[in-house]
Parts: sequence; structure tokens; C-alpha cells
Amino acid sequence: MEKTVNQKAWFLVLPVLLLVAFSAVIPLMTVVNYSVQDTFGNNQFFWAGLEWFEEMLRSERMWDALGRQLMFSGIILAIEIPLGIFVALNMPKSGFWSSFCLVLMSLPLLIPWNVVGTIWQIFGRVDIGLLGYTLDALGINYNYTQDILAAWVTIIVMDVWHWTSLVALLAFAGLKSIPDAYYQAAKIDQASRWKVFRFIELPKMMGVLMIAILLRFMDSFMIYTEPFVVTGGGPGNATTLLSIDLVKMALGQFDLGPAAAFSIMYFLVILLISWVFYTVMTNLDKREG
Amino acid sequence: MDWMAWTWPTAIFFAVIASLLITFTVLAIKFPETPRTGILRIETTRGDRLFITLLGSAFINLAWLGIVGAQQPYALIVCLIYAAAVFRWV
Repeated sequence: MEKTVNQKAWFLVLPVLLLVAFSAVIPLMTVVNYSVQDTFGNNQFFWAGLEWFEEMLRSERMWDALGRQLMFSGIILAIEIPLGIFVALNMPKSGFWSSFCLVLMSLPLLIPWNVVGTIWQIFGRVDIGLLGYTLDALGINYNYTQDILAAWVTIIVMDVWHWTSLVALLAFAGLKSIPDAYYQAAKIDQASRWKVFRFIELPKMMGVLMIAILLRFMDSFMIYTEPFVVTGGGPGNATTLLSIDLVKMALGQFDLGPAAAFSIMYFLVILLISWVFYTVMTNLDKREG
Repeated sequence: MDWMAWTWPTAIFFAVIASLLITFTVLAIKFPETPRTGILRIETTRGDRLFITLLGSAFINLAWLGIVGAQQPYALIVCLIYAAAVFRWV
């Protein structure tokens, strides 16, 4: 039977809305106001219309940053999701070692982002860092301040180190929720390890994996602190991701108008992708439920 | 409010969005509805369709600006057609 949906419960989120108004909605409205004006400081503004949007849409700098950003998010997702699942599958399922693994894996998640950046910045240095020194001693040319490939490898490995645990923890939670009966049935059918994974574990983990992908995508798409601390966007502009470019434009050059137009487009892309993920997720839930 | 650097066009823009949200809130209370499944094969309510319309319109406007140039009134016509399509078929 089809039921009408009562949406009145949404009124209960009004207090939150009020808080969010101050922390997000009003600043965002201000950004929209900035994006159609020009300023030379002193809180004086001049009408510019859609000029900044046009300029940004035609700016190679923004498209390049977007390309780098998509590449970064794509690569870390392609590594972290399978690796996280692999780790979760191989974790002890119960007892002391299970808790031990869980605590150990949460540790990178607890470290502040700028500290993660600093750790890797020092770790990779050729003169005093363990990683950089070792690679150098092995005769591998590794210098993340000058070599583009080295810089990319460093920020990707850093992100994998920092966030794979999150995927693993989510995947582990998904695995734990599978009733034993499924495994027993698979055993009776003499299903192979791969088939157990493919037809039992993976479908049952789908919900949490979607959350993991969404979280990792959004976080990596908005990443600023870690690559900024490690490479500062260099060498050249090789690791200048969207937010690094945005901060350079808004605070470094004080181009408030173009930066505002840039942030609105950035925000729209994130909003679109989040909506797509959210819709896919809720629809998966409904089909399963 | 000076620090927010208000202009008339942006004020009107936000007023339109706010009034749309209020209208749809009132509609949702007065006339509760059944979510339906359209061509995107996802369940949508009126509010969802409004969101899809607004988000899509933003991208239509940007695309128009990037490809055709700054003639937004025409882009707005495309947006209205798009909105009608979303409310009819999605």
C-alpha cells in the first residue's frame, strides 16, 4: 500500500538550521555577494556582474587544478577502497587481537591534519628523514621538492596512510553485521573463498562501502592541509589542488571576486557529487530493505 | 549587514530561493504526497524535484556562460524548460 509521507519531522531540525545559518549559510551568501563584485579592500565594492564567473570558466589555471584534483581523488579511492577491504577481511574477527587491531588502526585518524603533513614532510626529507634517506641510500632519486612524480607519490602515500584505516574500519563493521548463517550456507554449497566474498561479503558491505567512498571522495576533493604542508603545491604547480589554488587566489593575491566565483563552482561540484552518492545510497537501502 | 556586501541582484536571487523553499514547505504540509519514481528510477518528492531543478539550473547557467556567453536571460528560459521537465518526468 502506498503511504503519503509526513515531512513534519523536518521541523525538528530547525535549531540546527539556525546554527548552520551562522556557520555556513550566511558566509556562503556573502561569498555569492563577493562573486559579483570587485573590491580593492576597505570594504568598498564595485559591481562586476558575471565577469568573474566567465573569467574562471575560461581560466586554464582552474581547469588544471580541477584535473589534478580529480586525478588525486581517483587515485586515492582506487587504492584505499580495495586496500581497506583487504585489511578488514584479514583482521581477527573477535577477541583481544581484534580490539587491538581496531585501536591501532584508529591512531592515524586521530592525528591532526597539519601534524600528518609535518610527519611526512620530515619523513621524506633526504637529509634527515628515514624514508628519503633510505631511498637515497638505495640509489633511488627521490626528492619531493623538485621531482613531480616524487611529490605525487608522497602525497598519495600519505593520504593512503592517513585514511585507509577509515575504510577498513567501515568495511570491518559491515563484515561483522553478516549473520553466521550465510557462511554456513556457503560452506554447505562448497563455495570458494572468492565466491563467498563476491556473493555474500561484498553485497552485504555495499552500504558501508558507499559511505566510505562518499566520505573519502569528499574529504580528498576538499583536501588542503596535508599537501600544503608537504609540498606547498609544488614543484611549480604540480600538486596545487583546488583548495590550495583557491587559498592562493583569495588570501595570497586577495582576488576576492574571482576566488568567490571559483568557490561557488567548487561548492556546486561537491554538492552535485554528494547528492548523486546520497541518492544511490538511499536507493540501495530501499532495494535491500 | 554592510560586511556581507549585499547587492540588489543577489538579494533578489536569495529572496526567490527563500520564497521557493517556503512555498514548498507550505505545500508539503497542506498537501502531503506520495513519493514517485520517474525516469531517473529514484523515488522523489516535490522537495527532491525542486533540489534537482535548482542544482541543475546552476549548472545550466554556468554552461551557458562558458559556452554561449553572458546572456543569462536565455539560460533562464532553458532552466524553466528543464524545471518543467523535472517536475513532469523525474
